Amino acid sequence: MSKHTFSLGGVHPHDNKISRECAIQPLPIAPTVYLSVAQHIGAPSVPVVKVGDKVKVGQVVAEPGGFVGAFIHSSVSGTVKSVAPRADLAGRMSTHIEIAVEGDEWLEGIDTSDTLITTIPDDPKAIIDKVRLGGVVGLGGATFPTHVKLSPPPGSKCERVIINGCECEPYLTSDFRTLLEKGEQVVVGAALLQKAMGGVPCTIAIEENKPEAIAHIREVIAKLGYADMDVMVMKMMYPQGGEKQLIDAVMHRQVGSGALPISVGAVVQNVATALAVYDAVQKNKPIVDNSVTVTGECFPRQANLLVRVGTPLQYIIDYLGGVPADAAKVISGGPMMGRAVANLQAATVKGTGALLFLTEKQTRRAPETNCIRCGKCADACPMGLEPFLLNKLSKAQDWEACEANAAHDCIECGCCLYSCPAHIPLLDNIRVGKGFVLSAIRARAAAAKAAAEAAKK
Amino acid sequence: MSKLLVSPSPHIHSKDSTKSLMLDVVIALIPAVLCSVIFYGWQELLVLGVSVASCVLLEWAITKYMLKAPSTIGDLSAVITGILLALNVPYTTPWWVIVIGSVVAIGVAKMTFGGLGQNIWNPALVGRVFLLVSFPTYMTTWKQPQGLFGVDAISGPTPLGTIQEGLMQGSTVQELTAAYDYKSLLLANLGGSSGEVCALALLLGFVYLCVRKVIKPWITLSIFATVAVTALIFWGINPDRFTDPLFNLLTGGLILGACFMATDYVTSPMSLWGGVVFGVGIGFLTMMIRYFGSYPEGVSFAILIMNSVVPLLNRWFKQKKFGRK
Ligand code: SF4
Ligand code: SF4
Repeated sequence: MSKHTFSLGGVHPHDNKISRECAIQPLPIAPTVYLSVAQHIGAPSVPVVKVGDKVKVGQVVAEPGGFVGAFIHSSVSGTVKSVAPRADLAGRMSTHIEIAVEGDEWLEGIDTSDTLITTIPDDPKAIIDKVRLGGVVGLGGATFPTHVKLSPPPGSKCERVIINGCECEPYLTSDFRTLLEKGEQVVVGAALLQKAMGGVPCTIAIEENKPEAIAHIREVIAKLGYADMDVMVMKMMYPQGGEKQLIDAVMHRQVGSGALPISVGAVVQNVATALAVYDAVQKNKPIVDNSVTVTGECFPRQANLLVRVGTPLQYIIDYLGGVPADAAKVISGGPMMGRAVANLQAATVKGTGALLFLTEKQTRRAPETNCIRCGKCADACPMGLEPFLLNKLSKAQDWEACEANAAHDCIECGCCLYSCPAHIPLLDNIRVGKGFVLSAIRARAAAAKAAAEAAKK
Repeated sequence: MSKLLVSPSPHIHSKDSTKSLMLDVVIALIPAVLCSVIFYGWQELLVLGVSVASCVLLEWAITKYMLKAPSTIGDLSAVITGILLALNVPYTTPWWVIVIGSVVAIGVAKMTFGGLGQNIWNPALVGRVFLLVSFPTYMTTWKQPQGLFGVDAISGPTPLGTIQEGLMQGSTVQELTAAYDYKSLLLANLGGSSGEVCALALLLGFVYLCVRKVIKPWITLSIFATVAVTALIFWGINPDRFTDPLFNLLTGGLILGACFMATDYVTSPMSLWGGVVFGVGIGFLTMMIRYFGSYPEGVSFAILIMNSVVPLLNRWFKQKKFGRK
């Protein structure tokens, strides 16, 4: 059994990877897709098409709204029907580009063949630029623009690229399937990332519940012969896929509060992102589709589907037979950190990795009772926080004490709430405290900056 | 599907609940309960029955009629208090004394603080100490039990009590402990509280709790270690005056206290080092009371004293936060 894991906390939910045998199948293209301009962290993108324009697959439809931003490409060929606000999965409005699909015509210059291209370009800058042009964002959940991560601020240096193949959330299997079915491409993507960061070593971290993927990727690395690349077998532990936790597990370095991974010399990208990097750099193919696990015990058909970005959730679900009668909750993502879907008409985004159906029984929260001071929440917290205390402080609205007790370090992994035998909604309350602390910190930084500028004048 | 549930993550929960954890504690107590019933017979059954029933009834009545709040007896914590109180008194204790003990345990030590989770002191121990102080004769003498074997009844003090009296009369510890065979102390220790009858049964329950991850072993182990080391030092210096480590580990309710009372979630520290300090404190105080105090058995007092400093221990010994100095 592997011993590699992070040093604090963590829980072992049942992994429920019931869709692990489902190979990735392309989903037929929906009649209409809706591309959100806000599907990454950072400034929303700016649409560059107007109603009536004809677009092809892979054509830019929105440009980055700032350095921390991303290109958005059309995932289909057809006609732009509207550029207008539309509700996302939580029901919040944001601008979407609506495209009525006609055929499936790809932009010239995109290599849609299966030929594997293993030669790595010499110029790191060229790689990073292609990543940017391909609209690549982190597909592990955070959807942070990848080219920004690959451009470390002056003074910091990357020492290791970590490819996150942990997929530690229960139920999800799309990364696992990608490792099995597109292992070569992922490994080439990893090599591209190594090169982009200046030829640093690379670790592909995979949890031990995926032995087939571990064996396959080891074989592929041996076959392709890239230097300084290895697979690290990780102990099963949630939230191992959390960036800070994974760096701790692989490099035994802890990223400080509020600091970025690069401050300890790490760049982490997940498996799907490595594949997207491969596509963007070697095949000129921007992100137009991604793999989505559709699963749940109450769902009659488990599946991994290759879905065009912007496909309405309802379309995916209907393709597989509709929402089962006993499903009470639909989750975009995994059961620990995923978001409950309020609006099935919402369209997928680049970061959509799973649709999970849970029954009332699986997801119902038991009524809250007295804290019995068992300390299980603190034992489970991967950030070494005291959730029972933060819960109390948040409820008392004592934001200063929240900050003193590091509420803003919370990564919202949910381990505390998951473990609490008294069913106290710890994370619900801690989120509130974290929000207030973060805005206080931002306000202080802004005030300090203003004061410094005033002093200069 | 009519309407989708929308709530924040996480969307699943572990199987643990307060009730399931408490049920595990009850299960862990079964070997000790069985042993005490086998050795002490129907009288012990009566003690257990009265104790559990009065604890549960009392909690139910207090929540219903005084607090006018939803009943909390479903969490089983009152059952545990009842069992522990019963195991902490001799099997000969009259039923009305036990009822008084449960009033103190549940009514005073638990519910006036706001119920489970809010109390500072372990309820069963508060009950026991109250009885010890108020009814010393019932609490420190025992009778050779009828058990299931029907032996004649003889009465006398508990092992630690015997030693203390003997020492006062000028005997040496060696002469006094010669009467006790350690193997029988481990397997069938007749004398003292009914729960002490079989150390092995208690340890079995302790191992079960650790395996089920209900508790962590640090508190208990540091109590054992501290008692052993302290006794070793004193006994090494003067074996005529001080009892040896093994004798101290096996008598006076130490195992019962260390495994089931000191590990009570509510009244023990949360962090690893807090727990270790807590355990060392209990072990050391126990030995000081035993060697130099006027009560032959010190565990209950030691635990209650250390219960009072738990809030401080929780403040001083915190888990190191991730990525912070
Ligand atoms: S959600 Fe926050 S407080 Fe709770 S366990 Fe995770 S990091 Fe700790
Ligand atoms: S897990 Fe729940 S009951 Fe236990 S200490 Fe934390 S908040 Fe209290």
